[in-house]
Amino acid sequence: MTIDWQTLWLTLELAFAVSAILLLLGLPIAYWIAFSRWRWKFLVEALVAMPIVLPPTVLGFYLLVALGPHSPLGRWWIALTGHTLAFTFTGLVIGSILYSLPFAVQPFAASFSGVDRKLIAASATLGASPLRTFLRVIAPLSVPGLVTGTVLSFAHTMGEFGVVLMVGGNIPGVTRTVSIDIFDRVQASDYAGANQTSLILLLMCFALLALVYGLNRKAGVIYPVK
Amino acid sequence: MSDARTPTAEAMSSSALSPPIARLEAKFSKRLAADGHDFILDVTFAAAAGFTILFGASGAGKTTLLDCVAGLTRPDFGRISVGDRELFDSSQKTDVAVASRRVGYVFQSLAIFPHMSVQENVAYGLAHLSQAERSARVAAILEAFRIVPLARRNAREISGGESQRTALARTLVTDPEVLLLDEPLAALDAVTKGRIIDDLREWNGVHQIPILYVTHSREEVFALGERVIVLDCGRIAAQGTPHEVMMAPLQETVAQLVGFENVFDATVEAVRPERGTMSCRITGDGGLLVLETPLVRGGVGATLRVGIRAGDILLATSPPIGLSARNVFPGRIQSLEQRDVIVSARVKCRVEMEVHLTLAARDSLQLAPGMEVWLVIKTHSCHLMQKMI
Repeated sequence: MTIDWQTLWLTLELAFAVSAILLLLGLPIAYWIAFSRWRWKFLVEALVAMPIVLPPTVLGFYLLVALGPHSPLGRWWIALTGHTLAFTFTGLVIGSILYSLPFAVQPFAASFSGVDRKLIAASATLGASPLRTFLRVIAPLSVPGLVTGTVLSFAHTMGEFGVVLMVGGNIPGVTRTVSIDIFDRVQASDYAGANQTSLILLLMCFALLALVYGLNRKAGVIYPVK
Repeated sequence: MSDARTPTAEAMSSSALSPPIARLEAKFSKRLAADGHDFILDVTFAAAAGFTILFGASGAGKTTLLDCVAGLTRPDFGRISVGDRELFDSSQKTDVAVASRRVGYVFQSLAIFPHMSVQENVAYGLAHLSQAERSARVAAILEAFRIVPLARRNAREISGGESQRTALARTLVTDPEVLLLDEPLAALDAVTKGRIIDDLREWNGVHQIPILYVTHSREEVFALGERVIVLDCGRIAAQGTPHEVMMAPLQETVAQLVGFENVFDATVEAVRPERGTMSCRITGDGGLLVLETPLVRGGVGATLRVGIRAGDILLATSPPIGLSARNVFPGRIQSLEQRDVIVSARVKCRVEMEVHLTLAARDSLQLAPGMEVWLVIKTHSCHLMQKMI
């Protein structure tokens, strides 16, 4: 076996951290996108969707600048911890959160928007606060979207390459993820190793996506959300 | 959650002993620009305890009016109050949040929470109460609306009538001070509807709150209404008792709303005060027709409008004899169209008239397009109105 288990474990750790944080961070953003009537809302939607189309190197480059010692954020971090954010696991988490943001927020927002507005209005006329309406009506009826968004952001983080390379570099045990490992092996003409590692990533991604689509099919029966 | 909903035992018992009879008073206007039509809702009305029917065609602004009272839509200006409690006042910048208005609202779609049981739906608005209090209130309202056996059923598994009962119970259990019903019973058969209305009346016999009930069915107006408000294009076209408003329409807009399928321009040809009748000439594509109508003010030559309900016209397949009805006209069936359980016939007898028949009548008379028929219209089925310019 030539699989680098340390790299695989690090990648899983990164994906867990990112999808967990995105579940928390994505809820309020998605709620705002689904229900705000601000007329410039579409600008925020475009901003959130940007990582889908932006070359990862562009996002990675600006992140590197933002996390580096010459930006206010970078300076603040150095003052706090004594070292720079770039080329650390934390930096990698921040970069991945931004990169995977649309994969969490868009399914969340779509399922919130899909909840029948009359149910939300009924909840309010029955005396429920917006928070109670969210917890008791909107969120339970959006479970399929919440699962989809979380799993997609997990899978997307597992497979990212460009942002990781730009922000994290290639430090074994710190920032070296599976996709970088594969790239390295191909560079070193270790095709057998690249193949094995690729296969693992391929199967995991398939399993995750199958889970999402399987859940959504079942959910269609349980929650006929209008 | 507002302080108004804080459950003190004192407030509960006092409201149970002496139900506050609070009038809903509203005067507001709201401009809506939707689907290409610019529309202004501008109304002034008061509703006392009991049923007030809001009647009007779809698009007249009935639902928007309810949404404004509930706080789901904000009027541009005006004020809305229940008793001495201000819900909305544009001059004072008062706009009480939906959740604190104590306005119960049952939507046309009912909006039953699909992921909860019937019992959980009904208990939804009682989160501020203790567990024991909540269970007692839920049990009582389930009993009053005869849905005790459904309590644990999933909301998705219950029938239309059961859903209506659940929606009503869920709203009424919160002890609202005003109840808004947006055609909640539209989809029900007459018997089921009647039973639910009876239960609702019984409930309101105790609670005595104003109920605004939206409908576009004439039958419901007469069955329920102590008072009716006719809404047309965002304005109140008429208000009063059902009899006043529905039986003697004065304005043409009202006439069309209350269901005259046949409306014609007419000129008074002769006046016979001794018989209490007049002759009116109506002109169509195929010539003119002289109708005998009830006597109203207006001399020979005056122009009026005549409205005749499609359901008030009799249809015969041979020339009728020995009738009290004064208006008998030969004609020919142009088309027959089945609408639900009614057959709508278009009959050409110099002017074209719409006639409503039952399925049984169509079948026993073996009616078909092209057939020669006679129309019979009683004098008092011809309703005269002022012509609106």
